[in-house]
Amino acid sequence: MSFDLDNLISDHNPGDAIFYFKGNIDSDIINNVLDSIEFKLITINEHPRLRKKVYNVLVESLQNLYHHADHVPVGFKVGNQEKYGIILMDKNNDGYRITTCNFISNFRVNELELKIDRINKSTMDEIKDLYKDVLNHQEVTDKGLGGLGLIDIARKTGNKLEYKFKKFNDAYSAFCLSALVNEEKTD
Amino acid sequence: MEPIIIEGTSKTPSIRFDSKEGIFEIKGRSIPENSVEFYKPLNEWLDSYMQSPLDKTSVNIRLEYFNTSSSKCILDVFKRLESIHRAKHDVEINWFYEEDDEDMLEAGEDYDSIIKVPFKMVEIVE
Repeated sequence: MSFDLDNLISDHNPGDAIFYFKGNIDSDIINNVLDSIEFKLITINEHPRLRKKVYNVLVESLQNLYHHADHVPVGFKVGNQEKYGIILMDKNNDGYRITTCNFISNFRVNELELKIDRINKSTMDEIKDLYKDVLNHQEVTDKGLGGLGLIDIARKTGNKLEYKFKKFNDAYSAFCLSALVNEEKTD
Repeated sequence: MEPIIIEGTSKTPSIRFDSKEGIFEIKGRSIPENSVEFYKPLNEWLDSYMQSPLDKTSVNIRLEYFNTSSSKCILDVFKRLESIHRAKHDVEINWFYEEDDEDMLEAGEDYDSIIKVPFKMVEIVE
């Protein structure tokens, strides 16, 4: 069986997929996805508070994908695409789950896993303190990246970050990240 | 000095910093992929304003959404305002949030705890 990022998300037991995209990730795609999902949430008359939280988490998830996805590894057949990824949003009784998948260099896997595990082991008060500490003390890159995206997603959802890595070759792995945004945590 | 006025877009806020009235406003959505690029002219303008600020500067932040990249740039704006306040000029920051938007309220409280400038949380009731 050929390697496919879809295999990593197939066992998430998703509810009704309300958005799915697979392909090259660029600024225009990010804009289109944001507009499209916001329109859908308004159309189905989602509660404004939950709608706003979903949109916030979506923004961070997509911009993480945009900034941190590595190039498509040689040997992965997707045509002429620079940054390949999957964006999935599904809805079930638990709420909305936002999933992104992309390739990353293997040398970044350990650091990213440690970062997510640290966030997942933290209490909500610790996450709030971590957010403020990073906001106030960590230098930003020239693109404005300051290491707050994952912390912000965990803080806004109040849920653990779910993730998976799958090695593609000696240089690259696939990485999928899911965040559940639900009603209970919006109270 | 001339005011700095930038019209808002679907991803960037409207900016109106009026150095004659001392009223500054950031309003709308701040979710650009590269926020440093967007906020650079604003912070450069503030660097000039800091040289001879008015006795009182009132700042209104009315954001619907902002991404974490913008949060760092907004902190840079506030740090410049803090310098003005430290130089014995009146500065107040009014942080507007919608009544059920707890995330936006908490974001304002984060800044309030970091920046030593009078900070007022203003609830917008629909």
